[in-house]
Amino acid sequence: MKFKLQEHMLVPKHEILSKEEAEELLKILGVRKEQLPKMKADDPIAKEIGAKPGDIVKITRKSLTAGESVFYRLVI
Amino acid sequence: MLPKRVAALKFEVLSPQEIRRMSVVKIITPETYDDDGFPIDGGLMDTRLGVIDPGLRCKTCGGKAGECPGHFGHVELAAPVIHVGYAKLIARLLNGTCRECGRILLKDDRRDRFIEEIERRIEFNQNYEDVIKEVFRLTKAAKKCPHCGEEQIEIKFDKPTFFYEGEHRLTPKDVRERLEKIPNEDLPAFGLNPKATRPEWFVLTVLPVPPVTVRPSIILETGQRSEDDLTHKLVDIIRINQRFMENKEAGAPQQILEDLWELLQYHVTTYLDNEVSGIPPARHRSGRPLKTLAQRLKGKEGRFRGSLSGKRVNFSARTVISPDPCLSINEVGVPKEIAEEVTVPLFVTPNNIEIAREFVLRSEHPKANYIVRPDGRRIRVIESNKEELAEKLEPGWIVERQLMDGDIVLFNRQPSLHRMSIMAHYVKVLPYKTFRLNPAVCPPYNADFDGDEMNLHVPQSLEAQAEAKILMAVQEHILSPRFGGPIIGGIHDHISGLYLLTRGEKKFNREEAMELLRALDISEIPVKNEYTGKEIFSFILPELTLEFKAEICQGCEECKGENCEYDAYVIIEKGKLLKGTIDEKAVGAFKGIIIDEIARKYGKEEAKKFIDRMTQLAIRIISKLGFTVGIDDEDIPPEASMQIEEVLKEAEEEVEKLIKAYKEGDLEPMPGRSIEETLEMRIMQVLGRARDRAGKIAQRHLGMDNAAVIMAVSGARGSMLNLTQMAACIGQQSVRGERISRGYTYTNRTLSHFKPGDLGAEARGFVRSSYKRGLSPVEFFFHAAGGREGLVDTAVRTSQSGYLQRRMINALQDLKIEYDGTVREQTSGSLVQFRYGEDGTDPMKSFRGKAVDVRRIVREVIGEVKK
Ligand SMILES: [Mg+2]
Ligand SMILES: [Zn+2]
Ligand SMILES: [Zn+2]
Ligand SMILES: [Zn+2]
Repeated sequence: MKFKLQEHMLVPKHEILSKEEAEELLKILGVRKEQLPKMKADDPIAKEIGAKPGDIVKITRKSLTAGESVFYRLVI
Repeated sequence: MLPKRVAALKFEVLSPQEIRRMSVVKIITPETYDDDGFPIDGGLMDTRLGVIDPGLRCKTCGGKAGECPGHFGHVELAAPVIHVGYAKLIARLLNGTCRECGRILLKDDRRDRFIEEIERRIEFNQNYEDVIKEVFRLTKAAKKCPHCGEEQIEIKFDKPTFFYEGEHRLTPKDVRERLEKIPNEDLPAFGLNPKATRPEWFVLTVLPVPPVTVRPSIILETGQRSEDDLTHKLVDIIRINQRFMENKEAGAPQQILEDLWELLQYHVTTYLDNEVSGIPPARHRSGRPLKTLAQRLKGKEGRFRGSLSGKRVNFSARTVISPDPCLSINEVGVPKEIAEEVTVPLFVTPNNIEIAREFVLRSEHPKANYIVRPDGRRIRVIESNKEELAEKLEPGWIVERQLMDGDIVLFNRQPSLHRMSIMAHYVKVLPYKTFRLNPAVCPPYNADFDGDEMNLHVPQSLEAQAEAKILMAVQEHILSPRFGGPIIGGIHDHISGLYLLTRGEKKFNREEAMELLRALDISEIPVKNEYTGKEIFSFILPELTLEFKAEICQGCEECKGENCEYDAYVIIEKGKLLKGTIDEKAVGAFKGIIIDEIARKYGKEEAKKFIDRMTQLAIRIISKLGFTVGIDDEDIPPEASMQIEEVLKEAEEEVEKLIKAYKEGDLEPMPGRSIEETLEMRIMQVLGRARDRAGKIAQRHLGMDNAAVIMAVSGARGSMLNLTQMAACIGQQSVRGERISRGYTYTNRTLSHFKPGDLGAEARGFVRSSYKRGLSPVEFFFHAAGGREGLVDTAVRTSQSGYLQRRMINALQDLKIEYDGTVREQTSGSLVQFRYGEDGTDPMKSFRGKAVDVRRIVREVIGEVKK
């Protein structure tokens, strides 16, 4: 049986940034793509959301101290 | 001249041509000096290699000793030798390429895919080690060359520098020839850059000779010259090299040449690394192993860890520490002897020139030790030249005056595991030979006075002094970033003292009260004839309102709050202690709620003042009331002893019953456990409970006035378990969490005093005696076995956690929180966190780890909140 990783309570929300969003993010942070944290294109979650190398994935996690925390990863 | 900056460093392998090109002299003779003591031309001390003797001039650059940086020479090796450092890589390359045509043992398209992957990883700044590993794995497994079809034979690598193809041994010459055949296009797949490195260069044909400046000889007291280890090794190499050449020319038999070749290989190998496995290290005449190139770089004392990241400093001191409760927490007592040695620079200006002059003219303690002229010359100030120097003194000079009261210094205790291990203190010059510190700052340093030593550093610029005062002063560290609470606070007697003062309704007459308070510089005290302990403590409290359960709280089922019968519910209203007892929970390091509250509400300075006064008051109280522990404090009446005896006997009988049930197979196993495990657990349970019950009995008879009990309940020192073990019963000894069962394995007993297979309490390490009563020989044996585990554990843990700490620091040292709240790596600028710690909170300013303390804010806004 195949199930959705995203539905598991321990897997945080992953979404691919649009081109504009990605550019905006890099502009705000003032970094090149390569300076972001990375994740592999063959990571199960990347496969599930269809992320390709070069995409930036936004990860929204639940945090005990901050409520919600946002993280970004470059797919390689 | 324009300042030059190093833009990048690149590590490559020297080619033979490059070695010859950078060489200023070809070394041809093993002789170093002639009979007159002059360096021989073409020898290892040739003056073209640079000079170390004062007076001589370098023949290459003309510089004197100190000016000449030294220049490389070279030796032409009579036969090629393997470079040990590359031996393993050579073995992989030989196995990865065709023995016939030298091509990589991969088809071109596969090779290109690997090269592509490596380039991609480099672009993304990622580790490509595993790709190369895969290439070596695949090529080694190949049986046949895909290019010429030649069958491959596996090359066996015999450490440190030998290669066998089947039975046949490959000479370095053979190896070099094979490596030469590898085409440039194949190299990137092995992780080599053909622009920088050709694999045949891993086999040496020319050896660079380092300048004399890196291997200076020293003149012994006897006037004899003693050469550096590297020079010794180079002499060996050149000597054998010459012998080899002579023999070859004379047409000596093959065997002799081979032996000499191997000897040359040995010398070159040990010259590069004298600690390779597989060959004996080269030794000095005295038998000491030589320190050659790799040894200079490697390890704790090596160039990297010893000379580059670790340095020795001036203006520092180290001595034993001892306590002085009269000092403030941000002071340090410095022995006069040290204060007279280390100095603070006084930068002379028109405004302070008179003060500076006074220091120069003085002839005792705070006097000037040196003056530094603008040209950098240092002149020692002595009795005979002080007047002259004081006269000449002018703005722009620096007077180095002795350390004196009020100077700021950094104080440190190893291992420096957190930032509170180095804090800034103000100097107080004192007699005797130890550093003195207030015992309240022991917790952050993790110091005690059983012989601990600490280091002191004197900041040498106004900027450094300002930084120390603003960022590193002790009061800046009262709240720890580790858990968002106070790490500096009362310990031991401070807690016992305040407990004695504030417990119940102790009364003090006016005289006694003044005696307690006189050292605390409190200006206003209401005139009364009688003061309670709680009132006296209130005098040092700033205005604050607090309610909390004290450490002595018994954890009653329903807390009676302010009506607590143990006086364990603390109520402070507007700076008055109304109810409750002050103990560890109120003023202790790590726990002290009052310190925490003052630091947050009134700031660090006020918190410092409170700790100073609190410790002073506590010390006075405890010395006034007296507080001692003696062996007879642990005496318990005979009827208590009998009760304990009864409890233990019952427990032992129950253990016997369990064993009987086990043997008869009547024991019901616990879920998920075997019968044996169940038995062990049940026995441990029974004996543990018996010990606790014995402890309770003893406790009942010791009473709350017992000093040891006071220390245990107030959190000052020790625990009720310690007391139980002293007064009632030590209990089960364990190794690895189990009862002691090892010993005479073949009869399955711990000692020959027991019957084989005895599982009873006594036979497996239950100690029924107390420390007071003393242990029986058998008990003592088990106690030693259990105690040893503790010692081994601490020894292992400290070394492991030390290494873990080192790795953590190395990994995290150049992360920085930027002003936008992100965490970035400094050199690459890559992002590590998008918001520091997810919540962007400084842990030091957090409330025990939480970003906001809602209860506190509500209380602040609406005043009192009753729970
Ligand atoms: Mg110690
Ligand atoms: Zn020179
Ligand atoms: Zn081939
Ligand atoms: Zn209570």
